[in-house]
Amino acid sequence: MLRYALRRIPATLLTLLVIVTVSFCIVRLAPGGPFDQEQTLSPTVRANLDHLYGLDQPLLTQYARYLKGLLHGDFGPSLSQRDFTVTELIAQGLPVSATVGLLAIILALLGGIAAGVAAALWRNRGVDYGITTLAALAVALPSFVIGPLLALVFGLKLHWLPVAGWEHGSVAYVVLPVLTLALPVAAHLARLTRASLLEVLRTPYVRSARARGLGAARVLLRHALRPALMPAVSYLGPAAAFVVTGSLVVETVFALPGTGRYLVQGAIDRDYPLVMGMIVVYGALLLALNLLADLAYGWLDPGVRHE
Amino acid sequence: MSETAAALGYGLWRRAGERLRSSAAVRWALVLLAAIVILSIIGPLLSPWSFDQLDWQHLAVPPGATASHWLGTDRLGRDLFVRTLLGVRLSLLISVLATLVSLVIGITWGAVAGFAGGRTDEWMMRCVDVLYSLPYLFIVIILTTLFRRGSIAVLLLAIGAVGWLTTARIVRGQTLALKRREFIEAARATGVPPAGVLLRHVVPNLLGPVAVYATLTIPQMIIFESFLSFLGLGVQEPHASLGNLISVGAQEMESAPWMLLVPASFLVLLLIALNLLGDGLRDALDPREP
Repeated sequence: MLRYALRRIPATLLTLLVIVTVSFCIVRLAPGGPFDQEQTLSPTVRANLDHLYGLDQPLLTQYARYLKGLLHGDFGPSLSQRDFTVTELIAQGLPVSATVGLLAIILALLGGIAAGVAAALWRNRGVDYGITTLAALAVALPSFVIGPLLALVFGLKLHWLPVAGWEHGSVAYVVLPVLTLALPVAAHLARLTRASLLEVLRTPYVRSARARGLGAARVLLRHALRPALMPAVSYLGPAAAFVVTGSLVVETVFALPGTGRYLVQGAIDRDYPLVMGMIVVYGALLLALNLLADLAYGWLDPGVRHE
Repeated sequence: MSETAAALGYGLWRRAGERLRSSAAVRWALVLLAAIVILSIIGPLLSPWSFDQLDWQHLAVPPGATASHWLGTDRLGRDLFVRTLLGVRLSLLISVLATLVSLVIGITWGAVAGFAGGRTDEWMMRCVDVLYSLPYLFIVIILTTLFRRGSIAVLLLAIGAVGWLTTARIVRGQTLALKRREFIEAARATGVPPAGVLLRHVVPNLLGPVAVYATLTIPQMIIFESFLSFLGLGVQEPHASLGNLISVGAQEMESAPWMLLVPASFLVLLLIALNLLGDGLRDALDPREP
């Protein structure tokens, strides 16, 4: 198990280096700079600014400096928010985004798998139809529709929950963002779990477990559930990517002070270091989550780790 | 019905067509889709308003409150019926064109990789793997920062650039299978150059499965487009797209909920119709189902 994990790590680090390098090249080669504003700067001021941020150096030198900074956790200064470094901005926003994202994944896992199992056990009954219809809807609708609609119903019409803000993460403010992020993931997980559990329940070994006189609960928990969860586990990687991209929308809709909006605002402002920093952080996060998902897969399915 | 077809030895496509026609969900999806498409084409012509015309007498009026603004107006008094339908039109246009872009890239990449084989194949597919491991949004955001925001061409390129990865994989797999067939061997033996074999004999035989996959990706493309426009990276004001209409609507929903509900319902109906159609198509072509 440990060896399997160790074998995967170099490839993951290499991918991260590729992400850093490619985004560095593309962002620097893009036409237009951070100081292209309505009033043109005088050439002297412009040259001084470029010098201050190291933009007058050759690309290779800039790249080397950037990599060296990254190793020290230094993403450089933000060009659009002059009083902050990118590291400070990320350190401010990341706890918010991470809390919401993590809670969403946990909720989606619990809710989605439970719903999928329920739908499979009560196949072709009311429960099943209810769950599959709801799941089909939640899969089809993008989070920027689900989010505002939830806010409209639960916030503005029913007055159960606040519509926007963070308030240091108090529970009421967290509910709607987490729900918005979790719903589509839970729906996917429910569909995957339902389909694979139905398949597993038809296999000979489940039938023979039943024939041995084991109770329904024991057959499900000891024999059927573990193999039936494999597709759900392999969906964890894409689910993490979904939650990361979804967080951009959710943080906009519910006005959360997270990191997602920096990526978008940075792209609009051409704030190179901010966009780069966000891409590196999100890239590292996603690669780590993918690695974890692969490890979980290897742990559940012994066949994989001996490949 | 499909049993007799199977017994008579009809091909996969004929049976799939029959199954598709016999599905009620697919029929409803087609009716809904046709209604939306037709409405988006002729609707804006029927209204006396244009998409950027300001009506100062009627700012933010709800649907039905005035005779000529059938679905209400926004803060600036622009007609929501016209703006939403133009948004639908733009979303459909962009998603179909982006699908074509992704098809061209994906077919070229996959067919060349599969046909060349060996080290070329390995490196080309390794590139696809690396791109696959990045979330699509990064690529799209980098691409939109590269160029002027709001340009439809950039949007098409950015969305198409993300969609081609799966197509490339499917095409490569098909090409590998085709390569070993006798008619390819024969073409080569008679001295047709590799590019000619690829264009005249390999690509035409790939199109079936690829076309099916393409229809499945159209709702995905619609979501990409409206997602970018929602974030302010796609279609820009005063032009309307479902994404930026929903974005404005979400900010105004406290005082003017119809500004959110009108474009959102059109997007929801469109996505449901396309998803039902896609599911029907997938089921119809699934050889495992009886």
